[in-house]
Amino acid sequence: MTQAQLEARRLERFEARVARGEKVEPGDWMPEEYRFELARLIHNHANSEIMGALPEGSWIPYAPTLKRKMALTAKVQDEVGHGHLLYRVAETLGKSREQMLEELFSGKAKFSNVFHYPAETWADVGIIGWLIDGAAIVNQTMMAQGSYGPYSRALKRICAEESFHIKHGYDIVVSLATGTPEQRAMLQDALNRWWEPIMMFFGPSDKRSVHTEKLVRWRVKLKTNDEQRQEFLRKFVPKIWELGLSIPDPNLYIDEQGTVHYTEPDWDQFLTVVRGGGPMSQARLATRRLAWEENAWVREALALAEKRYADFPIA
Amino acid sequence: MARAGWKFNPYHHRIPEALERARHPVPPADTEWPVWEVFRQPERGEPHVHVGSVHAPDAQMALVLAKEQFSRREPCVQLWVVRAEAIFATPYEDADIFEPALDRTYRLAAGYKVRPRINQAASSSEEPSS
Repeated sequence: MTQAQLEARRLERFEARVARGEKVEPGDWMPEEYRFELARLIHNHANSEIMGALPEGSWIPYAPTLKRKMALTAKVQDEVGHGHLLYRVAETLGKSREQMLEELFSGKAKFSNVFHYPAETWADVGIIGWLIDGAAIVNQTMMAQGSYGPYSRALKRICAEESFHIKHGYDIVVSLATGTPEQRAMLQDALNRWWEPIMMFFGPSDKRSVHTEKLVRWRVKLKTNDEQRQEFLRKFVPKIWELGLSIPDPNLYIDEQGTVHYTEPDWDQFLTVVRGGGPMSQARLATRRLAWEENAWVREALALAEKRYADFPIA
Repeated sequence: MARAGWKFNPYHHRIPEALERARHPVPPADTEWPVWEVFRQPERGEPHVHVGSVHAPDAQMALVLAKEQFSRREPCVQLWVVRAEAIFATPYEDADIFEPALDRTYRLAAGYKVRPRINQAASSSEEPSS
């Protein structure tokens, strides 16, 4: 059998396995394109978790009550923990953590569009927790059904924690929505600023998105960007209206079938933002790099720690 | 409008400094520590179950990091960490070695059906009632 025939047979067997719903594990043969796309996707996801910790983390000292401060601290800790889990998963596909961080800092690797914007008020913390984590869970419960075993297992754990984030964000939003006129105005202002980035969160429309078909066949993705956006809108638009908030899109309405119609986001602007041209892109990356450099002493101290092992019998 | 609020951001005053320093990046130190697989025991008497892995320079640090990562909410009475390279695994391609070569019902409780035989013996030894 020639090399090409061998490859073709492997690919055929791989696709049949994925079609049966079996998981792919790190040591398994996989098409190079599958490995590449998955590594890129998980790397971006990991970056988004640790970059997402920045806008919210900066509000921890100014949380309005001790309970809110503790809950927000727990959420930020979860996000950084998700980053750890996901970098571990991405490592199984070839790159080291340090390479991935270097690619993040240098702008070669991307992170989610929503974390390129400032968190200007406390209401932003509520909107991020409720709607951005709400959008993330639509994406992540889908990805948990994907074909790559380590990613799928990490996402199950991540989704369980995201549900706390959404509920806490909703709790903040409801407090403001049922509060003073100033609090309601602050909340509406936050929604106005965040709506467009949130509409862009799932990525470009299917008409513009490349590669989708193959990624769906390989169960790297299970739904298109537009399908996920629609699922998110059906779930959240009625809840936003229920709180008496208005959505800053004059073309947004729900038809008799429950489909949400909306203004198509400006995808050129989206690309500018994710390529590092957003209002906070460079500041966030510089802050992340500063934290990495200033905390180098912690890593050095850990590496020098005296080697001690569990001195009790385990089994 | 309370827009001024974002200036409380503790990192905000350091952003110019961060941007300046980013122009002369320091290459990261080597922290590619070994990988440790983590096993969590939810309660005494239950088995330790694999939950993930961490990078750490030694076992003690691996336990500290594993505690932060894998027992924030889940019940836990003990964690194990094991160097990933200490684990040996059969390859998935050889999964057919686990397929039974023979009918193995002789190994299983379900392979032995006694009740029908007892019932049959009982009914055939019964005296026909006139």
